[in-house]
Amino acid sequence: MKGANAKTLGLHLAVLAVLFALNFLLPEYHRGVFSRVMVLAVFAMGYNVAFGYTGLLSLGHAMFFAAGLYGAGLTIYHLGWSVWPAFGVGLAAGVVLAVVVGFLALRTTGVAFMIVTLMFAQVFYLTTLYFTAYTRGEEGLVLPQASRVLPLAGVDLYLTDPATRYMVALTLLAIVLLALLALVRSSFGRALIAIRENEERMRMLGYDVFANKLAAVALSGLVCAAAGAAYAVLFGYVGSGFASIQYSILPLLWVLLGGAATTLGPIIGTLFMFYVTDTTSSYTSAYMLVVGLALILLVLYFPKGIVGTVRERWLPWLP
Amino acid sequence: MAAVTPLLSTQDLSRSFGGLKAVDGVDFAISKGEIRAIIGPNGAGKTTFVSLVCGRILPSSGKVFFEGRDISRMPAHRRVRAGIAYTFQITSIFPNLTVFDNVALAVQRHLLNGKASRFSEHALRRQSLEALEKVGLGPYAERRAGNLSYGHQRLLEVAMGLALKPRLLILDEPTQGLSDGEIEGFIGLVREIGSASTVLLIEHNMDVVMALAERITVMEQGRILAEGTPEEIRANGEVQRAYLGSAA
Repeated sequence: MKGANAKTLGLHLAVLAVLFALNFLLPEYHRGVFSRVMVLAVFAMGYNVAFGYTGLLSLGHAMFFAAGLYGAGLTIYHLGWSVWPAFGVGLAAGVVLAVVVGFLALRTTGVAFMIVTLMFAQVFYLTTLYFTAYTRGEEGLVLPQASRVLPLAGVDLYLTDPATRYMVALTLLAIVLLALLALVRSSFGRALIAIRENEERMRMLGYDVFANKLAAVALSGLVCAAAGAAYAVLFGYVGSGFASIQYSILPLLWVLLGGAATTLGPIIGTLFMFYVTDTTSSYTSAYMLVVGLALILLVLYFPKGIVGTVRERWLPWLP
Repeated sequence: MAAVTPLLSTQDLSRSFGGLKAVDGVDFAISKGEIRAIIGPNGAGKTTFVSLVCGRILPSSGKVFFEGRDISRMPAHRRVRAGIAYTFQITSIFPNLTVFDNVALAVQRHLLNGKASRFSEHALRRQSLEALEKVGLGPYAERRAGNLSYGHQRLLEVAMGLALKPRLLILDEPTQGLSDGEIEGFIGLVREIGSASTVLLIEHNMDVVMALAERITVMEQGRILAEGTPEEIRANGEVQRAYLGSAA
């Protein structure tokens, strides 16, 4: 037990150390890609809390990402708020939305849950279009460069600077990764996994299944909103495309590719998918065909995802 | 004679599914420390009755009292915390988790019942292993639960019930599918459990019932047909006609 704990923590810190080093090693273009992937990986990690660990297949997580994105973006753009409070608004928007949607959607299970979450996300998406006067819909808002400054411990961090952006993205990723690592090994995390495995048994062991699921959705919404809010302030763009169905499906793919219910899987999955898309699209305009094929092959031969397969075959101690 | 304040009692408890009265006006009481068996032909309403007691389904009418409190509308998970544990007729475990983790989930819930929102991993480990030792699954702690033999899975189910430290343990056909040797061991185990807590046992195997039960309740068509000591039940003509006669 103790040995596995040390190994696990060591591995996670090593991954973060490698990402830290890459800031200095990667060429400019790829450093930009990694910054973006790390923020989107946080989105995937949030999705993983609901889908991977708790077994809630949501098709509406774009709304939580977009809640963070708009919560932070609109307050900066229209109210002239600074980054910290705007980020806080993004988080709050995500949690509140997650609790409300969770409270209603968790009355259903399985396919009905997928449809209900999908519908709520569509409502959110259409709402962003309806208020085009404020959101500029698909075209979106570009946050003024001057507003994207993060005061931290007396130093102003300019989020438009690539190196700063990379480090802020990495910091967010590190906090979320270590927090989720602690979570999945806590009594709460164990309860979520067990609910996924056998809900009725958990009820008859005295667990309040609904409350636990709602807490999982709220936490999942919080993490996704953190990614959304970070995306807004780091990349300065807020558009309703991020609330569309595509961004509900993507985290599902990232998590499946990397390995559902693994802490590191979402990072690997997001990175892998990004580069497959990126590489193939430089060769052919029919790149989605290639991406689709790659996904089918992966699901056929690695149904548990990349990290999930590694865990199953070689490293059973992976969380 | 029933005790003055029974541990659990029901009052005119009924549940119908469509037109079928699965449980029909049952007045039942079990006193503290008893080992009680419920027997009856298939479809007599035994499982529905205990499901009403533990809250897996809600009654159409009637009341359930536990330690004098009306728990008729209490959701199942709160009844478990109040001290009613149920082991499933159809084995219900966490097949993908280790045997240890299965029991640890029950222990964890029990520890959370205490005021402390945090508890020591040490206490969790010790109490989980204790429950496993009690049913003889100690050596299998690190196995995947789904890889256990059927008999061992039944024992794991009982260990999970025990780990909740219940005041009332409901065993729904625990010996179904067990070998004779396993049943022998099981009788000893339930006797031991019964010395510390109250046991309500649904059982088809009459040898098990006669070896364990202090009192027997016979159900037929959703109603209680008879109740008494094993000797009284054996001598009861009505019961023989309805149940024992066909089984013997």
